[in-house]
Formats: sequence, C-alpha cells, structure tokens
Amino acid sequence: MRLWDTIRMAAIGLATHRSRSLLTILGIVIGIGAIIVVVALGESGKQLIVGEIQNMGPKNVFIVPGREPTDVGGAGSTLFTDSLRESDLKDLEEKANVPNAVSVTPIVFGNITSIFENESYMGLIMGSTPDLVRLFDLTLATGDFFPDESVRQKEEVVVIGKKVADELFPTQDPVGQKIKIKNKNYRVVGVLAQKGQGSFVNFDETVIAPYTIVQQYILGIKHFQRMVVEVDDEANIANASRDIETLLRNNHDIDDPTKDDFFIMTQDDIVERIGTVTNIMTILLSAVAAISLIVGGVGIMNIMLVSVMERTREIGLRKALGATNRDILQQFLSEAIILTFSGGVIGLIIGVAIGITISLLIKYMFGIAFTFIFPVGGAIAGLAVSTIVGFVFGIFPARKAAQKSPMEALRYE
Amino acid sequence: MATEQHRHNDRPLVLSTKNLRKVYMIEDLEAIALRDISLDIHEGEFVSIMGPSGSGKSTLLQILGCLERPTDGKYLLDGKDLEHYSDDELAHIRNKKIGFIFQAFNLLPRLSVIDNVKLPLIYANIYEPERTRIAREMVTMVGLGERENFPTVKLSGGQKQRVAIARALVNDPKVIFADEPTGSLDSKSGAVILAFLQELHEQGHTIVMVTHESYVAAAAERIIHIKDGLIESDEWVEHRHRVKETDTIK
Repeated sequence: MRLWDTIRMAAIGLATHRSRSLLTILGIVIGIGAIIVVVALGESGKQLIVGEIQNMGPKNVFIVPGREPTDVGGAGSTLFTDSLRESDLKDLEEKANVPNAVSVTPIVFGNITSIFENESYMGLIMGSTPDLVRLFDLTLATGDFFPDESVRQKEEVVVIGKKVADELFPTQDPVGQKIKIKNKNYRVVGVLAQKGQGSFVNFDETVIAPYTIVQQYILGIKHFQRMVVEVDDEANIANASRDIETLLRNNHDIDDPTKDDFFIMTQDDIVERIGTVTNIMTILLSAVAAISLIVGGVGIMNIMLVSVMERTREIGLRKALGATNRDILQQFLSEAIILTFSGGVIGLIIGVAIGITISLLIKYMFGIAFTFIFPVGGAIAGLAVSTIVGFVFGIFPARKAAQKSPMEALRYE
Repeated sequence: MATEQHRHNDRPLVLSTKNLRKVYMIEDLEAIALRDISLDIHEGEFVSIMGPSGSGKSTLLQILGCLERPTDGKYLLDGKDLEHYSDDELAHIRNKKIGFIFQAFNLLPRLSVIDNVKLPLIYANIYEPERTRIAREMVTMVGLGERENFPTVKLSGGQKQRVAIARALVNDPKVIFADEPTGSLDSKSGAVILAFLQELHEQGHTIVMVTHESYVAAAAERIIHIKDGLIESDEWVEHRHRVKETDTIK
C-alpha cells in the first residue's frame, strides 16, 4: 500500500468524526501554540537587546535607569524609571569624576505625531545631543545635524529620518521647512541618510531634536531614559564603569548596591548575560512544553483506543479484503500522527498570530522597536515534537487495531 | 460420496479439505464447531452449504475463507496447503483469491460506491488510474454505474449487496464466499441477488454460499448439509431452480 493511500484513508477516518478530532488535538494546539508564543517573544526580546548592543559600540558605557532586569521581558520596565537626572549629567561631565570619559550623551525618547501641511507621520522622537551622530554612526543626506548650541538654547530644530522625510515631504526638500509637533513648530535642519532597522531604534522612522526641548515641550519629563558615556579606550571600560557607579550611588544616596536605581551596560556584559538568560528560558520552556504535550498525547491515545474499539468491524472488513496487520497499523498510526501534526500546525499558526499581536502592542504602547521574529527553530521543533507525540501515543492503539483477528472483528456488533 | 456426483471432477480443484476440525475454547470449555469435514470443490461449481444454526456451517465458511485457521486437518486452496501460512500471507490470499459477500453487506458507509469497490485493489497494490478503471467496470457490471459517487449509506439493501458483489469480484478471485447473502434483504431484492450469483456462476465463477433457507440453497447446483460439525449429505440438484430477477423468494 502506498503512503498516499494510507494517508488518504486516515484522513477519511478522521473526517468522519470531525468535531471529536478537533477537540482531541486541542491539547497539542495549546501546547505548541504556547511554545511558539514564548519562543518568539523571547527571541524578539533577545534580538531587541542584541540590537542595542550592536548599537552600543565597544567603547561606550550605557547607563539605564531602574533595576537591572533579571529576564529578557523585564527590559520594558526601565522606560518608566526617572532616576537619571540633569544633575547626574552635569556630574558625569566633570572630568574629575570620571577621568576616562570622553563625552556624556543623554537620550530621551517617546512616540509622537509630526505634521506638515496635510501630511502626518507617527513615529519615534529622540532627544539628544550632536554626539548621537558619532555614537550611532549617523550620516546626513541633506542639511546638517543641529549643533550643541541648539541644545543649550532649546532651539526648535529637528533632524528627520529618511522615511519621515518621504512621508511628510513627498515632493519638496524638507530642509528649511517647519513641521508641527504637539502644537509647536520645529524647523527641519537635516535629513538622515537611510540606515534601516537597527533593532534598538529605526533611525529612518525617527525625528531627532535637542534633548532639552524634547524633555520640556514634547515629553514633559525631567529625566533621561539613557545616558551614554564614551570612554577613551576599551581597556578603561571597567574603570569608567566603577567611577560612574560610585558617582551615581553618591548622587542618589544609595549605600546598598542591590538597591541601585540604575544599571550599567557594556557590550561584553550583555553578550554574556543574554546567553545565560536564553539557556535558562529554553530549559524552563522545554519542561512546560513537555508536560503539556504529554497531557495532549495521552488524550490522543485515549481517543484512538475508543476509535479502535468502535471500528472493530471496519478493521475486520479491511482484513477480510486483504489488509495486512501492517496496513491496519499504518492506517491508525497515520491517523494519530495526522491528528498531532495538524494540532502542531494549528498551534503554530495561532502562536504566530498571538506573537505578532503582542509584538505590535509592545511596539505601540511602549515605543520600543520590538519586532516579531518568526521562531524558525521553535517552529521546526514544534512540528517535529507534535509528530513524535503522535507516533509515541498512537503506536499502542494502532497495534491493538492491527492485532484484531479478522473474524473477531467481523463478528463484533 | 459417489463418484458420479462429481460432475465437474474433470476440472481443477479449487478447495479441498481433509479431516478438518475446529475446536473453540470458551473459558475452560471445549466447543466443537467442526468434527471432521472432508470435501472437494472444483472450479466453476456453485455450492450451497446448509444447516441449522450451530451446525458449524459458518465456521466452515470462515476457515474456507481464510478468516480462521482449523484446529486440525488439511486445507488446500488453489492447490496450496495453507497450514504454515503467516497472517500476512493469509491476508494476501484473501485479497487475491477470495471474494466475500456478507449478510450485513459490510460496506464502509462514508465511502462512495466506487471507493468501496476499490478497497481490495488498494491492498493489492494496484494504483490509479488502473484502480478506477477496474472498479468502474465492476460497478457498471452490477448496474450501479450512475451511482458510483453515491455514499453507500444512501443506497437500498439490494443496491448495497450489489456493491458488495462488485467489491468481491474486483480482484478476479478464484472463489466467491457468500454468507447468507439474502439474509438482510426483502424477498424481491433477495431474488435479484440470487439471480446475479447464478449469472456469475454461468460465467464460470466458483461460488460457495452459506444459508439456512432451502429455497435460497436451491439456487446452487450442489447442496452440502452440515449438522453437528459433520457433513450429513452432499447432493447435486437435479432440477435446479433458475431464479429470475422478477421472482420474489419467500
């Protein structure tokens, strides 16, 4: 018997009890769906942080407000802590406090809508200093980046990303035009060259303005969401980090390092930490997944046993017509595997849908460049595991079916 | 058994049993279904096996149909001793050499007429488009060509039994076993099925039919009576009743 015939027969068998088949695979659907969601979001979160690292540069020390997140999902909470203040910036800039510091760059960001005549664009606003150009290796397509003077004078000037420029100014040169943000006009002084998605921030979709004006008129905050300290040499990163910690603890009246309301990220730190976090998460998830799949598998076995009992007569007939034990075994095993595999596929689709929804919610609610990443490995593993579950829990009922004697089976009423 | 009774003994043997015995163990009790059955059936014969219920006639048909193994004795089908055949080899024999017609039709209700007829071909590893061609030929032969895509659950009893006949013939078997083929049918449809079996016999098919009703048995040319697991009589029908499709068997 060819594989195709076996599969076709199994499919007909399953279609006969459609609603039962669907209910049976629910356990597998939920199990695989849950795995996909968590793996995908974990992957996206990891990618978010990896993106941040890639943007960091080896000589930069990032200061982030809030407690150091202990898991990947905790990164979002750092956006709501207001512990980094103007006074911290001033003190960090003092050469005596952090001798190895070359520059200190504050960053604030949020979501805004920019308007030019009839066009509007919703995207990220970033407030910073001209140091940003060097830190993130930005190049300008036209115009210039605003100077330090603009930051001190709180000038209403902006540099806009490529996509922002294309959307707001489809026909004319943006430089010199005024766009409206929160009822205030800002003069466009420069347009960034296309850069593409660098996970932390997509500069193409970003409007950059002096941080002073963004804090006061656009976001209405007095703190910073990031500070970047550029260190003179990679070898001095550890020294500089220690100096920064001492200074900030002093400024924030903190004696106990476990009560820090900020933390420091360097490229090396994070690369190491992500590895650990991902490993722990993978192990935990595998455990949860294994339990849900075993439960689902037992459900499948149960239903298959009922099905074999109910179809004793069909089995007998098939044997009378020439089906071998192997043919019957294959038919029922295929039914179990088709059940669990389609459970896996449905779970995968639902998981991806939920993952995309959550990613979009995170992106628009928190303004983080959180993009859904299809978990290729998770998907393959999920489908493989659901197939294996079908095999493992289907083999016993299928054997029972195959062992029925043709006469016994025909006599069964 | 007198020699002159074997009108077809010039033809090759299809079935041959010698001292066939079948004992069932029900809990700890022995139930003897067949004591000692020796019989020969030649190619082209239409044989009825008759007997009251419990006589062992069904058991005999099951053993002849390779659905059961005898406890003792020899059974040769198409010249081959089946004693040491494995389950799968017996499945192969059932598939290639035997066609079954059951009292309860035993069709798969969700499948269409033609898909039911195709079943033995699937297990015989005959693939499309040959599979459809052969099945369609059989469905047309039993007069259901226009209904080949009907689910069998929608057919009448007589039509269902015709599908079963098409299915029994589809692998061109050596012998057709019919177990009370009219038992679930009204008299009119029963007559149609019997007429059909006689027609198949005239075309040269070997048919062994189990029944407990003498007017059904009389459609055959040879009647074997079984009682208490032994052959009571084995006779040729002198004036065989030719069933017409318009007959209503009682």
